[in-house]
Amino acid sequence: MEKIKTILVKEWREVFKNRLVLFTVAFLPLILTAIPLISLAATGDFGEELSNSASPSEFFGDLCVGLGEMDCTQVYTLSLFTIMFMILPVAIPVTIAAYSIVGEKTARSLEPLLATPITTTELLVGKALAAIIPAILATWISFGIYLFGARLMVNDLVFGRLLAPHWLAAVLVVAPLLTLMSVSFAMMVSSRVSDPRVAEQLSALVILPIVFLMIGQSVGFILIDQRVIWLLGGGVAVLDVILVYLAVRVFERETILTRWK
Amino acid sequence: MIKTENLTKKFNSHLAVDRLTLNIGEGEVFGFLGPNGAGKTTTIRMLTCLIAPTAGKAQILQYEVGRDDQMIRRNVGVLTETPGLYDRLSAWQNLLIFARLYEVENPERQVEKYLNMLGLWERRHDPAGTFSKGMKQKLAIARALLHEPRVLFLDEPTSGLDPEAAKLVRDFIAELRGKGRTIFICTHNLDEADRLCDRIAVFKTRLRVVDTPAGLRRQLYGRKVVFHLAQTADSFIDTLRHIPLVKEIQAIDNKLVVALDEPEKHNPDLIRRLVQAGADIQFVGELRHSLEDIYLQLIRDEA
Repeated sequence: MEKIKTILVKEWREVFKNRLVLFTVAFLPLILTAIPLISLAATGDFGEELSNSASPSEFFGDLCVGLGEMDCTQVYTLSLFTIMFMILPVAIPVTIAAYSIVGEKTARSLEPLLATPITTTELLVGKALAAIIPAILATWISFGIYLFGARLMVNDLVFGRLLAPHWLAAVLVVAPLLTLMSVSFAMMVSSRVSDPRVAEQLSALVILPIVFLMIGQSVGFILIDQRVIWLLGGGVAVLDVILVYLAVRVFERETILTRWK
Repeated sequence: MIKTENLTKKFNSHLAVDRLTLNIGEGEVFGFLGPNGAGKTTTIRMLTCLIAPTAGKAQILQYEVGRDDQMIRRNVGVLTETPGLYDRLSAWQNLLIFARLYEVENPERQVEKYLNMLGLWERRHDPAGTFSKGMKQKLAIARALLHEPRVLFLDEPTSGLDPEAAKLVRDFIAELRGKGRTIFICTHNLDEADRLCDRIAVFKTRLRVVDTPAGLRRQLYGRKVVFHLAQTADSFIDTLRHIPLVKEIQAIDNKLVVALDEPEKHNPDLIRRLVQAGADIQFVGELRHSLEDIYLQLIRDEA
C-alpha cells in the first residue's frame, strides 16, 4: 500500500507540474459546468418558441409527463447537459494516464523504477489511481456546482427531475466506471507506443461513445432514462474487467524495456 | 556474491549473451568491458531481474534469478545507462520516492545522508532537470545506494561526463570500494577499469577473458623491463642474449626492452652483467601496457 501511495504522489507531483495537464484537468470541468448553466438560463426564450411550434409531449416523449412547457424545456436541457458529466470522467484522465508509462519510457526513468522491489500490480494501481482520483473528484465537484447553479434557476419540480436516481447513478456510479475504462485503455496504449502524443491521441478515442450518446439524445434518436443508464453502467463494468485485464497483460516489463526506441 | 552459469539471452534469433559463466566474490570490484552491442547492458538487466534469461542460471547473494527476483531487487542497487531521473521533481523528491520504494527504514535521513555525501545537499530543492550531467549522474548513483545494497551494478557510470565530473564519480566509486560492497561495472573507459577494478572481463556476446589487470597484461604481453642507458652498444645486447631466462631483447634508442618472467628476481643479475659490460644505467622500470592495448588486442584477435 505504501508503494502505491508513493507512485500516486510521484505521479501527481510530476503531472501537475505539466501545464498542459493542469489545463486539461481544470479547464475542461470549468467549461463543461458553465455551458449547461448558461444554456439553462437561456431556456426561457427557447421555451416560448417551443410552445408555438410543437406540443411538449410530441417533442420530449416520456420526459415531460406531468410538466408544463417551460418546465419541460428545462428538464430536457438539464438531461442533455447532465451527459456532459459523463464526458469529464473519460476526458480528464486520458491525458494523465496516456503519459504515465510512455512518459517514463521517453524519460528513461522506467528502468530504475522497475529495478526496485515494486510489483507490476502496485505500479499500475498507483499510476491508475493518479489518473482516476482527479477525474472523479473534478467530475463530482463540477456536478455539485452544476446542481447548485441549477437550483437557483429552476423550480422544485424541475430540480427534482435532475435529482432522479438514474442521473445520480450516472454521475456517482457510471462516471467512475467510465474513468476506469478510460484509464485502462489509455494505459494499455501507453504501454505499447513510444510517443506521448500518439498515446494521447489514440487514448482520446475512448471519448467517442459518450459523444455519440450525447448527440443521440440531442437529435432525439435516444432518450437517456433509467434503463439506458443501467445498461450503460453494466456494459462499461464488463468492459472495465476486460480492459483492466488487458492493461496488466500488455504491461510486459521485458518488452517495454527492450523494445522502446 | 554473483555467480552465473551458462547464462544466455536470445532476442528472437539474435544471440545477445552466450553461455556466460562468472564467479564474483564479496567486496570485489569487477569490470565488464566490451564494445557497443556486446551484451553488457543485457547481462546487467538479467542480473537485476529486469529481463529473464533464455537459458542458464544466475545467483546474486544467495538468491536465484527467476525465482527470488523480489529479494534480488531489494538487495541490489542499479545505476542504469542513463540517469533516468524525474526532471520536474527536485533532487530530494527523486531520492525520497526510491527510498520509499526500497522500503528504507528512515527514508528522509537516508536521503539526507546521500545528498550530503555526494555534495548535492545545497541543491536539494532544485528540479533534477536543471542539474548538469555530472550532478545528474551523482544523483542517480545516490539513488542506487539509498537502500545500502550489498551488490551494486553500474552501467557506464562516467559515460558522457566531462573529465571533471567523471573524476568526481570515479572518486566516489573508489570510496565505495573500500566499504565491502561488490561492484559490477560496465564501462568503455579502460583507464577507469584499470584503476578501479580488482578483476576485468572482456566480453563480446561471450566471455573472452577474465583476470586481474596485471594478469591480463601478463597473459597477452608477458612482463618486460626497460633499461634506460646513457648509450647502447651491441655488446650489451649480446651480454643479455646469452642469459637463458631472457626471452626477448629489443633496442629502442638508448633503451633496452627485455622480456622475462620474474623481473623482481632476475633484475639484479641483469643489472650487474650490464654494468660489468660497461653500460651506464640511468633508470630501470617495468614496461606497462595500457589496458587499452590489451583490450584492443583481444578484440582484434577475436575479429
